[in-house]
Amino acid sequence: MSLAIEAEGLVKRFGETAALNGVDLAAPAGKVVGVLGPNGAGKTTTVRILATLLRPDAGRAMVGGYDVTGDPHRVRSLIGLTGQYASVDEDLSGTENLMLLGRLLDLSRAGAKARAVRLLEQFELTEAAGRAVKTYSGGMRRRLDLAASLVSRPQVLFLDEPTTGLDPHARNEVWQMVRRLVADGVTVLLTTQYLDEADNLADSIVVIDHGRVVAEGRADELKRRIGGQTIQVRPNSAADMDAVARIVADLTGMIPARDDDVGLITAPVSDPVLLSAVVRRMDTAGIVVDELALRLPSLDDVFLALTGKPVAEVAE
Amino acid sequence: MTTIAVPPTRFVSPAKALRHGFSLAWRGLVKIRKNPEQLVDVTIQPIILLVVFVYLFGGAIAGGTGEYLQTLTPGLLVQNTLMASLSAGVALNTDVNKGVFDRFRAMPIARSAPLVGAVLADVVRYLVAIGVLLGMAMIMGFRVHTDPLSVLVAIATLVLAGLCFCWIAVFIGMLVPTPAAVQNIMMAIVFPLTFGSNVFVPSATMPSFLRAWSDISPVSRLADAMRGLLTGGPVAGPLLGGLAWLAAVVLVFFPLAMRAYRRRVS
Ligand SMILES: Nc1ncnc2c1ncn2[C@@H]1O[C@H](COP(=O)(O)OP(=O)(O)OP(=O)(O)O)[C@@H](O)[C@H]1O
Ligand SMILES: [Mg+2]
Repeated sequence: MSLAIEAEGLVKRFGETAALNGVDLAAPAGKVVGVLGPNGAGKTTTVRILATLLRPDAGRAMVGGYDVTGDPHRVRSLIGLTGQYASVDEDLSGTENLMLLGRLLDLSRAGAKARAVRLLEQFELTEAAGRAVKTYSGGMRRRLDLAASLVSRPQVLFLDEPTTGLDPHARNEVWQMVRRLVADGVTVLLTTQYLDEADNLADSIVVIDHGRVVAEGRADELKRRIGGQTIQVRPNSAADMDAVARIVADLTGMIPARDDDVGLITAPVSDPVLLSAVVRRMDTAGIVVDELALRLPSLDDVFLALTGKPVAEVAE
Repeated sequence: MTTIAVPPTRFVSPAKALRHGFSLAWRGLVKIRKNPEQLVDVTIQPIILLVVFVYLFGGAIAGGTGEYLQTLTPGLLVQNTLMASLSAGVALNTDVNKGVFDRFRAMPIARSAPLVGAVLADVVRYLVAIGVLLGMAMIMGFRVHTDPLSVLVAIATLVLAGLCFCWIAVFIGMLVPTPAAVQNIMMAIVFPLTFGSNVFVPSATMPSFLRAWSDISPVSRLADAMRGLLTGGPVAGPLLGGLAWLAAVVLVFFPLAMRAYRRRVS
């Protein structure tokens, strides 16, 4: 399988700050790579280097087979970029913004207009199409920014936190759009603070922290790497919490975590066979259970384990 | 999905680069049309200066409002063009700050296109600024005593002056953090430059050090050239002096501006 994005040993310093400390990254053509990392990890810096906006101090990156520093113009003809912050002209209308980009991409006037209309429709901005962008809400601006990166029909698309600030409906739309693009063969690299976004969209995930890749793989691989599974039991009656905790402790040999507010007992398990033993013991004790599950750690757990920060703090 | 069938080229052809520049100039003009208040500083402001100076100080400075109008208007045209020539720097700085520049930079367009676009849009501003001020002056009684060709040469010289001086603003625009800073720094350059000249008062009334400067200053030279071209009098001398200044400004600031710009776009 050919690689659409290939980066080796990217280093970038801003004065004293080492934003990137040797980042390696690869994206097979037609796949989605998710880049996860806390604030200041180096996600934006990575994207900007790959999109030819920044020169790395060391390392090398190829996009669509072209070197980002040696042949930036060719790279630019292949890529689309939606940066972390809006980069549309506030004084122009949505249509004018997209038409300008179309004209700059050598479309005819009619071609640029048609493309603008089509994209505005796709991003549900038709009604606001003629209004100056400064009257748009944050989410509308974000959507226009995404539309702007698609005018060129890019083969490789960079999305830096594409859904930050979008409502659930708009986020869903963006996810759908990414899936459609990928079905058409586009390679997508997206950074995100939302673990479920990476979980949902990305074929592979790269976790970076302090300018280094701290883990990479498919979502389920990462979850497995973090270690065993967790058993969760939610008794029907709060009166049974103690009994359940005892049973789980007995069988797993670990003191379970209990959350009395939601009535949930959880404990790590090394052997999945334990599940049936738990069921039998509770049956014997006559405890009615609302929920009984064995689950892989969530990406949140993975993230926490890898970067040492809980997601809430990371997302600020 | 129609992916690009032909392999992308390494560079942009000059013809395409020019087209990109025109597309971005179009954008600049659309912005002016949508926010005409952008033009206040080069339309309303000089008109206020004109009215205040002519009716308030005209009698004191030149012994009569009519005479003063004839000497002030050509000079004010120069000052106004210099004021207009800082907008390319402000516009480019705004684009850098708003991230719009990054969008262009990540596209396969000529590196020079945003610069060419900003400068081309500036020319329209110069023409509007010249037209409005000249129109107002005419209404107030300013009379051209020369021929249409001289007027054309005068306008062309003003546009040329703007195109030469704009590199100072572009240079500053690529260095400082905010559009407001560009504006302030440029004001701090343009105001002393135009008030320390014979635009408003004859050099003869100034203290000797100021007169020495005013006599050779680019603004005085250009103002004299405008007077010659619009109301009669010597043209060649002041015009040559003015053009020499313009050449010097371009020689110093064009390379500086280009270097600063390239650093921002590459
Ligand atoms: N232009 C710059 N000048 C100085 N330091 C910078 C610059 N850009 C980034 N940095 C620093 O480099 C590091 C990485 O920044 P980067 O923007 O890549 O992080 P990020 O992962 O995108 O964070 P976030 O989630 O907040 O967007 C940070 O410490 C940041 O302060
Ligand atoms: Mg970022």
